[in-house]
Amino acid sequence: MTVANERQQLSYIAAQAADARLNVELETEGMTLNIGPQHPATHGTLRIIARLDGEQVVWAEPVAGYMHRGYEKLTEVRTFPQVTTLINRIDWLGSFANEVPFILAAEQLMGIEAPPRAQHIRTILFELSRIANVGLFLGDLGVQLGAITPVFLAFRDREYVLNLIEGATGGRFHPNFDRIGGLKDDLPAGWIDETRQVMRKLRRFCDEIEDLLFGNEIFQTRTRGVGIIPADVAKSYGLSGANLRASGVDWDLRRDQSLPMAWDKVEFKVWTHPDGDSWARCWVRLQETREATKIVEQLLDTLPAGPIMAKVPRIIKVPEGEAWVATENPLGEMGYYVVSKGDLGPFRVKIRSASFNNISISPWLLRGVYVPDIITILASLYFILGDIDR
Amino acid sequence: VDRLSDTTTETPALPGDALREGIIEDLRSAIGAQLLDTHLVPQRDLWVRVASEAWVAAATALKSQGFEYFCFLSAIDWLPSPYGKGEDDPSAPPEEPSPDKGAVKQGYTGGATRFQMLARVTDIRRHVGVTLKADVPDSLSMPTWIQVYAGANWHERETHEMFGIGFDGHPDLRHIYLPGEFEGFPMRKDFPLLSRMVKPWPGIVDVEPMPGGDDEEETVAES
Repeated sequence: MTVANERQQLSYIAAQAADARLNVELETEGMTLNIGPQHPATHGTLRIIARLDGEQVVWAEPVAGYMHRGYEKLTEVRTFPQVTTLINRIDWLGSFANEVPFILAAEQLMGIEAPPRAQHIRTILFELSRIANVGLFLGDLGVQLGAITPVFLAFRDREYVLNLIEGATGGRFHPNFDRIGGLKDDLPAGWIDETRQVMRKLRRFCDEIEDLLFGNEIFQTRTRGVGIIPADVAKSYGLSGANLRASGVDWDLRRDQSLPMAWDKVEFKVWTHPDGDSWARCWVRLQETREATKIVEQLLDTLPAGPIMAKVPRIIKVPEGEAWVATENPLGEMGYYVVSKGDLGPFRVKIRSASFNNISISPWLLRGVYVPDIITILASLYFILGDIDR
Repeated sequence: VDRLSDTTTETPALPGDALREGIIEDLRSAIGAQLLDTHLVPQRDLWVRVASEAWVAAATALKSQGFEYFCFLSAIDWLPSPYGKGEDDPSAPPEEPSPDKGAVKQGYTGGATRFQMLARVTDIRRHVGVTLKADVPDSLSMPTWIQVYAGANWHERETHEMFGIGFDGHPDLRHIYLPGEFEGFPMRKDFPLLSRMVKPWPGIVDVEPMPGGDDEEETVAES
């Protein structure tokens, strides 16, 4: 941890300790506060039970499972190409990004690779999913902390990205576009120019949010030094994505592993922040959205010609074997452990979703914070309920 | 803001098989004969199977080697589903009754029991991950990983409710997803998927042969 981080943490602990002493003197009674499952701050149906002492949380426990759909079981009775329909609905804000690791795992077991053009378009759509997902986060963040305007900007500009995804795939939220061996279709005419324009708009949106929200003193006061996660704790809880990088851990699966995707053909920065507080998590996501627009632009410049589908049989049987493929999804590390027995469908699929690990730290993190900080911390951890409950 | 931030552009070297073999040696020197089997897919990934008594010792040894990042923990039920998949390939010839039908057959790194633990940890500095397996003894009880990886808490709760595997030393094995009074363990292969039993899956048409189709000739070129 850096010095700035330690100083923030110590002052935060000192302030809490002083309040706790005051609570003891005033003999305040404890109470149990139930947040959710239908609460706007819970992004779906997460329930939080918090035991309070005055304004402070003694312990808090998230209750998930209101939306459990049992995808791991359902994958066992589907064929491989049918599974993408299900896993689209895990993280519904960045659907296309959910399909990619599963398809890559199946391709790895079959020993095939998508042609270069398909890999490129996959990566472009993957980054567009990231922009659509994290773009909404940047607006939603403001709403949860009491600022209404950013969410209108976010919905306005996310619409451009959703239009692009719809234009290429036909589906706004659930593209179901990725196929074993390539993609369903090529890009439509005029899509590339349109995308370039939208990327410029999105960078302007990031600037707006940075001025409007990140430059706001109230926002800074409410996020700085709140919910600090040290790097070693983040790693042992398996936090991933911006949550991990905001704790100063330089780890990005786009750069740090080799996959048949096009990330190694572009230049991009992996942003990290040493503080590990709520501010750092939000700030890293803002930078990543900007970085994603640059990745898309570079990929559009270098889009190779060629087929978009490798030669695969119409009835796909995946050879016996096991494969683990994870990618850096908008929410963090999303991976599939696929076991095939040589049948039409998988024998077992373990879905490792980012939000499940990211939210499992919350009992540790929420202990001792103030009630309004619960919302800040949950907002900055950024989870999607479908990604927790699967 | 720029002063506080730290950015990186250089791409680190990706791990080679020599590194993975080194990991096997390090683990063997730490837990000895408790390391039962390894499986290395060149340039791709590493699997190790440890004895169930050494489940925690293996995690501790790996963590001290730098595998500080906890990825996931789960289990596999290797029993073939007694209900089939409801969508067997209609173009396939009727299946011959064979003596090993219904027999439990494990995947990479072998094994001897129906249930196997499955977990993955990652070394962030060396950019390499390891998948761990261990046979679950008949008592269906394993030691907990919480003392080594705090993130294992929820994963063990999920494994407990889905497979019925207990974790010694786990403070709180409540259900995460299922209602508290739910009976049975849904991810076990002998737990029927009721909706599939009352109505065959309409997606079966996806795998029916096309009339006059030449599916047989259209095989994967690379394989």
